[in-house]
Amino acid sequence: MSEAPESKAERLERMNAAFALGVPHNRALGLRFRDFERGVAWFELPFDERLVGNPNTGVIHGGAITAMLDAACGAAVFLALGSFSPIATLDLRIDYLKTGAPRRAVLCRTECYKLTRHIAFARGVAYQDAEDDPVACATGTFAIQRKGKPIVGAEETLP
Amino acid sequence: MTEALLESIDRAKRTGDFEGLIQQIPYFCFLGLGARVDGDGVVGCLRYSDPLIGNPVLPALHGGTIGALLESTAVLELFWQAETVVIPKTINITVAYLRSGRPVDTFARATITKHGRRIASVFATAWQDDEQRPIATASANFLVTPA
Repeated sequence: MSEAPESKAERLERMNAAFALGVPHNRALGLRFRDFERGVAWFELPFDERLVGNPNTGVIHGGAITAMLDAACGAAVFLALGSFSPIATLDLRIDYLKTGAPRRAVLCRTECYKLTRHIAFARGVAYQDAEDDPVACATGTFAIQRKGKPIVGAEETLP
Repeated sequence: MTEALLESIDRAKRTGDFEGLIQQIPYFCFLGLGARVDGDGVVGCLRYSDPLIGNPVLPALHGGTIGALLESTAVLELFWQAETVVIPKTINITVAYLRSGRPVDTFARATITKHGRRIASVFATAWQDDEQRPIATASANFLVTPA
């Protein structure tokens, strides 16, 4: 008897269970995978009162966007590696391009654009309406420890 | 900016008590951010709690939380140093992660490298037990406008 191949929605759910819910701070932020490809990740940071940086405007604080882009660049590296091998952020640069719209989710797309044996290079944009109209962009460098213990379980959740 | 927020900034500038200001920023409460002032300026503090973890296996703090501590401490230092009440807006920040953040309280200090008429450049350092062994540093640019 053969089982039906796993749908993308099912796979997304498993990736969210491992990476979004399995990592305490990602869970606290409410971060969710929206989509993925090899080396590319799309995330959503839903609007949450607790993340507001300016109570008068209701815009999400830049720190929460930094945390999302850090996690999402890391996820893009996992998706390029095809495993949850431990990685460590070496550096991360965030440019805040414009003020976000109040009381709205922030989305992001990140990609690992170069993978070497020890180092991964990733970049991405955070946006609200469209990827070509970003509120922030990020560039990150990650050190890869290929032999280390995976940071979350469920290796098979990665494509 | 409402009066309440401007008043908190002004009060923090006069007294070195940032608690009232921090209480008004939901994200600072979410993180568990605190701040005090000593002879060298503002010391930011990220009080440890389990939701700050980014790597549950080590365990280690999420890089985003350390970035937020460095950026926030830089903003508080700009408030503290400015002659009048100013509103700093982050243009960009580059964080170098030097050591993994262990699950304990983390502190940060910021130095204003250059304060121009509109742009301020700030360097910040985060540490845990020993200020001489930083776990991360950041350099950031801010657009600074009068309130």
